[in-house]
Amino acid sequence: MDAKAHKDIEELYQDTVHWHVNTGGETIHAKRVPGFFRTLKWYTGSLWLLYFILPYFRWEGDQAILFDIPHRQFHFFALTIWPQDIWMLSLVLILLAMTLFGVTAVAGRVWCGYFCFQTVWTDWFTWLEEKIEGNPIQRRKLDAAPWTLRKVRLKLFKHVLWMLIAVLTGITFAAYFTDVYQLWADYLTLQAPLVAWVVLAAFIFGTYVFAGFMREQVCFWLCPYARIQSVMVDKDTIMPTYDYKRGEPRGKVRGKGVSERGDCIDCRLCVGVCPTGVDIREGMQEGCITCGLCIDACNGVMEKVGRPKGLIRYASRKEMAGEKLRPFFRRPRVWAYLSIFLLSAGGIVYGLTHIPPVELSIVHERQPLFTRMSDGSIQNKYTIKAVNKTSQNLHFRLSIRGMDHVRVRLEEAGDIVLHAGRTVPIRVFLQAMPAQLKKEKTKIYFVLESVSGKDKIKISKRSVFIGPGKR
Amino acid sequence: MAKQDNQPQRVRDTGHEWDGIRELTNPPPRWWMIAFHASWIWCVVYFILYPSIPLVHDYTRGILGWTQIKEFKEAVREGEAMRAPYLKKIAAMDGQQLLADEEMRNFSESYAKAIFGDNCAACHGAGGEGAPGLFPVLADDDWLYGGDIDTIIESITDGRQGDMPAHAGVLSDDEINKLTDMVIAASKGKATKEQFMLFDEAGCSGCHGENAAGGAINDLGTGAANLTDQIWRFGSSREDILRTIRYGVNQEGVEGTREAIMPAFGEKLTPEEIKMLAVKVYGFGGGK
Repeated sequence: MDAKAHKDIEELYQDTVHWHVNTGGETIHAKRVPGFFRTLKWYTGSLWLLYFILPYFRWEGDQAILFDIPHRQFHFFALTIWPQDIWMLSLVLILLAMTLFGVTAVAGRVWCGYFCFQTVWTDWFTWLEEKIEGNPIQRRKLDAAPWTLRKVRLKLFKHVLWMLIAVLTGITFAAYFTDVYQLWADYLTLQAPLVAWVVLAAFIFGTYVFAGFMREQVCFWLCPYARIQSVMVDKDTIMPTYDYKRGEPRGKVRGKGVSERGDCIDCRLCVGVCPTGVDIREGMQEGCITCGLCIDACNGVMEKVGRPKGLIRYASRKEMAGEKLRPFFRRPRVWAYLSIFLLSAGGIVYGLTHIPPVELSIVHERQPLFTRMSDGSIQNKYTIKAVNKTSQNLHFRLSIRGMDHVRVRLEEAGDIVLHAGRTVPIRVFLQAMPAQLKKEKTKIYFVLESVSGKDKIKISKRSVFIGPGKR
Repeated sequence: MAKQDNQPQRVRDTGHEWDGIRELTNPPPRWWMIAFHASWIWCVVYFILYPSIPLVHDYTRGILGWTQIKEFKEAVREGEAMRAPYLKKIAAMDGQQLLADEEMRNFSESYAKAIFGDNCAACHGAGGEGAPGLFPVLADDDWLYGGDIDTIIESITDGRQGDMPAHAGVLSDDEINKLTDMVIAASKGKATKEQFMLFDEAGCSGCHGENAAGGAINDLGTGAANLTDQIWRFGSSREDILRTIRYGVNQEGVEGTREAIMPAFGEKLTPEEIKMLAVKVYGFGGGK
């Protein structure tokens, strides 16, 4: 191996001095420092309180939000979504994805830093930890200390509280799928069905382990979002950034050579407050969830040492390079995300306002396609599968459009009755003389008109009448 | 867990070096170790609980005693327990009542689908479409023995065997030809008085009725067809009709005779199964 190549590899090794991979070998005890972003994080995180409260909301005597899996219905206040309306779910998912992409393109991992359940639950857990075991220095000391009665007491208290949050999280999740009051009663009397216990156990395990022990490791190694963020951000994206031009070379605030130094006093407080343990001064990295807590910390220090704030601030790479930041509405990427977002939102609004009261599907019998009857006529058999999504029984009258001289034979004479909330198969026979069939296949429409209820419902559905064809 | 340090300047290496690249002695990440330990613990627990390790002539059975066949049998039992109340009800109901009860009718049709597929579909087709000329169509409105539910039950239970004498040798070729003309005309409603007289003289009306509308002596179970409608049990071409008149139906020892035998299912199927089957057959064309 020649000397030059060896030198390159040596340089690579030199570079890795700054390279640190957090694989969870050491628990991160982040310092809590007050500030704007700390307060913001409390507000955004408290949105998750809704998660705990919503199952108790009632609407017209029933649970307001309920995923009723046995009956295959989703209740959301006045809305009832049936499996037939599930196409809207894909739009909802697209909409959520576009929100995530768009926000990331504009302001980085806003979801991760302020809203993600992993971030928020971890925040609650570490807040409790601080209240019980003290500040990070005391916590590290306690971790290293031998087991005494005091240590056992503190740890036990902490884990019991963590466990309570985990249990409440699990019960709340299960409550979205069944009546919440009945569920509590079932859990407390140990009468809950197996699936409820499995859900509870999974959520207790997930909450307790992820928020209590894995913490930032989830963001580093489990969550795919950290890995794909780099394709969503560009030079225009604003993210917590260390102003290296102003900060470097870093060094003590007083002493020899202070005039040549930058503004960074190398106090390492930005690292100390980081919940994922990254050093933002190394630049943007996968561990950064853009929570802004290092900005709070640095601003506090700058204030104390009498230097201008904003050594770490929300800025884009372009700004750092001295270019002007394009407003977000001048960026094609944002427009692309926004238009897909609006299209999906429009689709959902259309879908929600146009949920049909009766869903109809007409199945033409295929075996046989048609039958010759004793009077020489051709009979086609159909099965109408109708779902009445309303809460009352509806009476309908059936007629056929698109074909003359067709006889309609129902098995039971009179109106077609669709019972509330049920799917009923209705057999319909249509008969026509071969002479009246112009083609092998005739396009026809089944028209159902309601004869009861206040609102007149008229549904038209296409089908086909098949005959022997011309020979 | 060993402390993690990824900085090659400080970590001991294994002494392996190739092209200046050194292999370090770092332990795997903690999350990886957790997953590793969880995996082998899972394996041990599984091996204790479930059948797993193959031995020479046997295998370890696991303390739960679980087997696939047990689970299957359990599922079958559950299904049977679910169906039992329905079957009990069906035993107490007759065909008419079954048809009138929407829930029981739906149950019967679903249940009978498999029975029909196993026993009937080979000849009558999965949807009752039959094989015109060979096997009767069940989806139409022409019933040789009657299309009411009770008669359908009877047909399935006891079977049916058509009986029409062969006329070759009894009638002259000329007469058979004339009768064929008459039958074709009758199906179009255009048979003349003379043709009907010939029909009567040849003895056809004894079974097919004076107006050729069939069913005159269906009490005897011969299944004499209605000759005035558009449905042909053995084909509508002139040759087909000639053959039927010449060699009859189910005539022993007569070459060319039509075969029309519906086996009896009374001993193969339970009365409940036959009732459900009849409901399904009735539903093909809407019964009569």
